[in-house]
Amino acid sequence: MKKELIELKVNGRRHEIAIEPNKLLLDTLREDLGLTGSKRGCDDSSCGACTIQVDGVPMLACTMVAASYQSDNGGNEITTVEGVAQHGALAAIQKAYGDWGGSQCGYCTPGFMMTVRALMDRNPEPTDEEIRHALSGNLCRCTGYTQMYQAIKAAITAEQKGMAAK
Amino acid sequence: MSKENFSIIGKPVALVDSAGKTTGQGKYADDLSIPGMLIGKILHSHLPHAKIKKIDFSRALELEGVVTVVIGKDAPNTYGILPVGHDETALAVEKVRYVGDNVACVVAETESIAEAALELIDVEYEPLPAWFDPEDSMKATANFIHEQRPSNLEKDYHHSFGDPDAGFAQADVVLENRYVANEVTHAAMEPHCTLASFEFDPQTGLEGRLTVQSSTQVPYYLQHKLSIVLDMPMSQIRVIKPLVGGGFGGKSEIIPLEIIAAVAARKAKAPVKITYTREEVFLAHRGRPRTIIDLKTGIKNDGSITAVAAKVIQDGGAYCSYGVVTILYSGALLGALYDIPNIKYDGYRVLTNKPACGAMRGHGTVNVRFAFESQLDELAAKIGMDPLAVRRKNLLKPPCITVNGLRVQSYGLPECIDVVARESKWSERGKNRKKSRGLGMACSHYVSGAASSIIRSDMPHSTVNIKIDRDGGVVVYTGASDIGQGSDTMVAQIAAEVLGCKLGRVKVVAADTDLTPVDIGSYSSRVTFMNGNATLRAAEEIKRKIVAAASRKMACSPEDVIMREDVVYKKGMSPQTSSLLEKVLGKKDDAPTVSGHVEGQILRGSVQQKRKEEGPKDKLSFEEAVTAAMDNTGALTGSGSYAPPLEAKGGKHKGGGVGPSPAYSYSAQVADVTVDEETGEVTVNKIWAAHDCGRALNPVSVEGQVIGSVWMGLGQALQEEFVWKDGLLMNAGMLEYKSPSATESPEIESFIVESIDPEGPFGAKEASEGSLAAAIPAIANAIYDAVGVRLRESPFTPERVLSAIRAKNNLKKIEMTNRVDPTAPHKLREHGGSLWFKGRGPKRHEDDPARRAEHAD
Repeated sequence: MKKELIELKVNGRRHEIAIEPNKLLLDTLREDLGLTGSKRGCDDSSCGACTIQVDGVPMLACTMVAASYQSDNGGNEITTVEGVAQHGALAAIQKAYGDWGGSQCGYCTPGFMMTVRALMDRNPEPTDEEIRHALSGNLCRCTGYTQMYQAIKAAITAEQKGMAAK
Repeated sequence: MSKENFSIIGKPVALVDSAGKTTGQGKYADDLSIPGMLIGKILHSHLPHAKIKKIDFSRALELEGVVTVVIGKDAPNTYGILPVGHDETALAVEKVRYVGDNVACVVAETESIAEAALELIDVEYEPLPAWFDPEDSMKATANFIHEQRPSNLEKDYHHSFGDPDAGFAQADVVLENRYVANEVTHAAMEPHCTLASFEFDPQTGLEGRLTVQSSTQVPYYLQHKLSIVLDMPMSQIRVIKPLVGGGFGGKSEIIPLEIIAAVAARKAKAPVKITYTREEVFLAHRGRPRTIIDLKTGIKNDGSITAVAAKVIQDGGAYCSYGVVTILYSGALLGALYDIPNIKYDGYRVLTNKPACGAMRGHGTVNVRFAFESQLDELAAKIGMDPLAVRRKNLLKPPCITVNGLRVQSYGLPECIDVVARESKWSERGKNRKKSRGLGMACSHYVSGAASSIIRSDMPHSTVNIKIDRDGGVVVYTGASDIGQGSDTMVAQIAAEVLGCKLGRVKVVAADTDLTPVDIGSYSSRVTFMNGNATLRAAEEIKRKIVAAASRKMACSPEDVIMREDVVYKKGMSPQTSSLLEKVLGKKDDAPTVSGHVEGQILRGSVQQKRKEEGPKDKLSFEEAVTAAMDNTGALTGSGSYAPPLEAKGGKHKGGGVGPSPAYSYSAQVADVTVDEETGEVTVNKIWAAHDCGRALNPVSVEGQVIGSVWMGLGQALQEEFVWKDGLLMNAGMLEYKSPSATESPEIESFIVESIDPEGPFGAKEASEGSLAAAIPAIANAIYDAVGVRLRESPFTPERVLSAIRAKNNLKKIEMTNRVDPTAPHKLREHGGSLWFKGRGPKRHEDDPARRAEHAD
């Protein structure tokens, strides 16, 4: 298939790349932009390992066509796990996942990072039930999710403290 | 001893590779690429059992972008993880043995070209009768799956310890039941991936060394099997394990794509990467076999078990894999949990035309434990004894050797039982009883590595090297394969604790056969115990050298030198005293990780020390001590290895090498469940799990492993199972397989019990597998407590539970599915026929590539 030129805005940077028009966003990120943080765990959007954000909304890159998400006057801003750490330090949720055992093999972790960040952005004080519900689209085979809840709560506390300090 | 004052051991620390995982910087096999790399795609068999008459891939080669096609003839040497089970080839040579068997591999410039080319390969098959049910398969008189295995029997073992007949004669109550545990798989989040590349030999100008980067738990075994299949010396093969996205046993042997990628790279004369799709991961399988357990247990009225007899049939699939070990574990680990004086065991590992089963978390023990702990509850009810009391009645009295030759030293089971009884308020469970809600308990155990390795060699099971150079960095070279369980962190913690340095000073180089000494891999929960002990010994060796130099500097005896948290000081001095700290570190309070010295200054410092004799010191920084030790020698090195002691190697009987371990972990669990009597749905409200891990080197990791094990047991207990339609796996996807999501996962509270094993590193034992098995019977027992029905087939799906409830109430059976009847598990499955052979296999969608292959002519 003949390649076409498209423009994607990923983690705040613009990229002009030539890809097949039917190429999936996940493959484009991993192969053409070298952003291998987003993972392929299944092939049918059932596991959530490929979760990214488009304009802050968590979406599954394994079933999205890259050419449909060209940057567009401030729209279609794509964020991947590589865009989570800011200001030269781990984000609170990244630190907390390490400290509390939220990540074991780590293969599902990038997807969880994107899902949890979206949850924390839209709901700064989620209940246990809301956390459980928010995570239900991402599968993990190592942790049984329990230590993730502890990590998420610790991250929320850390962020609140950070905010209060300002 | 548990009150010992460690600086790093026993403290919760983040995994040393956790930042790479949360930022996406960490590289897994599929994240790697090499310039010029090609992509391989495998053609799988659509028939369960057939002779290959002809493979014609000429049409595939004509497709632009296809580089080559590899078939069985390109690498016909047989291999297998066990020396007794070399029955696999890279690609099928004469026949295919399951739906999904590997037939050919297309190597192309892109994945989409390779996929398109798969459909252009024409394979002519001659279908053979297929065997799908182990009990039928054992009756085969012709068309064996492997010619060298008559009656499709991979292996059978018949053990008798003590006097089982006399034991049953002494019993007041004897129960006999059949239990069935259906097939489950690891479904690790990372699909298998292998990248293989050759480099040219500058001397000969020909193809030389091979480098394989692969998602594996066993780099050394992979190196060994590659050498067999490719006819290359091991020295010319380098296996590197990048980050691995979970294993659970699914990557603990050689998975076909690992060999195929290397064979393909050789034929294509270019690097080749193969990554499985999720469906291919399910077909590669190597999971826990469907197991039929006929269990008989005798008990006296006082609760003491007199004898156990088990007949176990495992539906092993089409290849041996770890099968011989699995069937032995099923029998051997009837011992070492309770004091059972008489054991009879008959185990049958049977071949069928389905994907091969192998090792999965709790290898071999889980299904038999489900049967045993369920029957023990039934017996307790018969003699009117509390389920918890009957378990306490049959405890071992360690140190001891069980009737089947297993040496037990540390034994935290009594405390595990006490903890979960207390936390679950077990004694009050009769009060304020809610309808359809119940509590159940069960125990389990597991090995901390096998005392005899599967490769029948006297070499140590682990060797670790440590190097400290003038930069003051501690580099640990370990063959331990971190697959997410945290072994790199464990190794770093042990090295830092022994050497008295900060964790940040330790760098771990792991699982690269060129750099790291042989370690036989991450399986049977051996890594903390064995690689941990090797690390401990390597660190001690290097510490002796530093201490000798430091004692000269401080004019004291070596015994009086203490190394802790980057400070080397004389016994009796406190490193915490701020004035001393200032002297050593030149700074108040905030002790820096690299103690004020930067590289270069260390060198200069040591030279100056020689020039100007300052007289003896009370205290040295880590760098000063290290520099002093290497002044005349150059970089410091230490090496340590671990081989299990002879006393732990078990009995001399046939198959006696499987089961013995230097130490066993113990677990006790209580499950709180609610059963919906209208729908049969079981909801687990909470699980309390106590695990004796010897000593928790990193408590946050230990809890994560225990919770993860219990959770995986819950999946097997309630929803995970392979669904077959005449050899075709019907649910090869994460959702179809029903891997539990956050909303289906209950609260699991874990409790660490520390029995301090005399031989474990700092007393540590296994933590990652032992808790899985108890979860299944704990739930079965809780369901019985809640609604009075006994589930003897796992998983306890709503259909099975409802069917059992209706049977108990003498209601008409609901035929929701034909295969479900928990009251008569022996009649459950009717795969026995050979529908494929008779041309009546499942219909495929007309666009299915396999179907097109079927009609290629």
